[in-house]
Amino acid sequence: MADWLQLFQRYLPDFLKGAAVTIELTVVGLALGFVVGILLALARLYGPTWLKMLAIGYIELFRGTPLLVQLFLIYYGLPSLGVTLSQTISAYLALGLNSAAYQAEYFRGAIQSIGASQMTAGRAIGLSRWKTIWFIILPQALRLMIPAWSNEPISLLKTTAVVFLIAVQDLMAKAKRAATATYDPIGSYLAVAVVYLVMVIILNWGLKYLERKTTIPGFEMESKKA
Amino acid sequence: MAKPILTIKNLTKKYGENVIFHDISLTVNEGDTIVIIGPSGTGKSTLLRCINLLTCADDGQIWLDDLEITAKGCDDDRVRQHIGMVFQNFLLFNHLNALDNVMLGLTKVKHMKPDEARVKALRELERVGLADRAEHYPGQLSGGQQQRVAIARALAMDPRIMLFDEPTSALDPELIGEVLEVMRKLALEGMTMLVVTHEMGFAREVADRIVFLEKGSIVEEGPPDELFYRPKHDRTREFLWKITELYGKKDENK
Repeated sequence: MADWLQLFQRYLPDFLKGAAVTIELTVVGLALGFVVGILLALARLYGPTWLKMLAIGYIELFRGTPLLVQLFLIYYGLPSLGVTLSQTISAYLALGLNSAAYQAEYFRGAIQSIGASQMTAGRAIGLSRWKTIWFIILPQALRLMIPAWSNEPISLLKTTAVVFLIAVQDLMAKAKRAATATYDPIGSYLAVAVVYLVMVIILNWGLKYLERKTTIPGFEMESKKA
Repeated sequence: MAKPILTIKNLTKKYGENVIFHDISLTVNEGDTIVIIGPSGTGKSTLLRCINLLTCADDGQIWLDDLEITAKGCDDDRVRQHIGMVFQNFLLFNHLNALDNVMLGLTKVKHMKPDEARVKALRELERVGLADRAEHYPGQLSGGQQQRVAIARALAMDPRIMLFDEPTSALDPELIGEVLEVMRKLALEGMTMLVVTHEMGFAREVADRIVFLEKGSIVEEGPPDELFYRPKHDRTREFLWKITELYGKKDENK
């Protein structure tokens, strides 16, 4: 135990640097996925048929293939098409585009649960379709979505670990380095597991706070009322 | 001569082979309260939705003042600004408090300044007796209060005409009164109203004219006294009798 604490202490600065990269990857991936995800959900629900098909195709493609394959295609594959991206940019893109497919489905579910009647109400006072979506549908959908969507940041934070395979210096890469240097894989990976766990706990706490902050009296998920 | 606000001419609506209503013609003059009655499934709600362009009629024309709103190239969103609509299920914006519900149309459709919109919205809430509930969210209001906020929201747009689609049908009996009271007051103030309802008391007392719609056609229309006491058609008599009996029975059960 004492040995392990020593290892933990010695490599903590290194782990924290890696953790910072992991957080960056999570934030950028989540944000990119959020924006693209909303667009995909809106396209799927309100777009013309061709756009709907495009959105469904995107979602199925990115949910139906491993993230690692997508990452390798972007980092190792695109250069042969003349597009060379840095490791970090490739990682951002792969995580963001992948997360978008999942987030789109959370958005879609929330928007559908609000139903067409709110659209009718908005149109009835003279709001255009897009203004109704923006001012009426989305503010409600985003709130309803939070409990289910909270899985995504947590899942994404842990998923970022795959990027060490294209040598991005994230927390996982640091763990591998520590393991090689100390010949103590159990200790190193356990130490990093602890760092991941702490990050997830903090993130979870933040998400719960977000959920509480955005609650509207009398407008909650049905289960909470009971 | 009274000025027509809403003119409907030979309006027909079908869903596939299914004719919802057929060849409806109706004129609503300024300041009139017209009540549409009839069995369910006769196209009353669909008629209102057609007037508000929420649904497209298949044939016929509708004029709002001198503008043919069924004409090609007519700006739907613009037309709806001038037609207030109150729904059976209130349909308030659930994420906004009462004041913001009323303000939204003013700021986002009429592009009023927030300060002005706020004053106007408060005045409209006052009009329906809910100024003290301005900060309450729909989930914190009773059904009757929600419906009154919905009326205030529609009124805030200064509509030429107000459409009411069974505004009290989703309410508990003891909450119906407060909504009808607001509507009665509006009628007295000279608001032009087209009301679909089963509240015969309201119809008899407030309506300038009652229209009896059945199976998608107007069977009979006229002043309340005429329809209630001297109906021309047997079907009108039967329907009114049935409705009265139904409501009488409900009262007994209480």
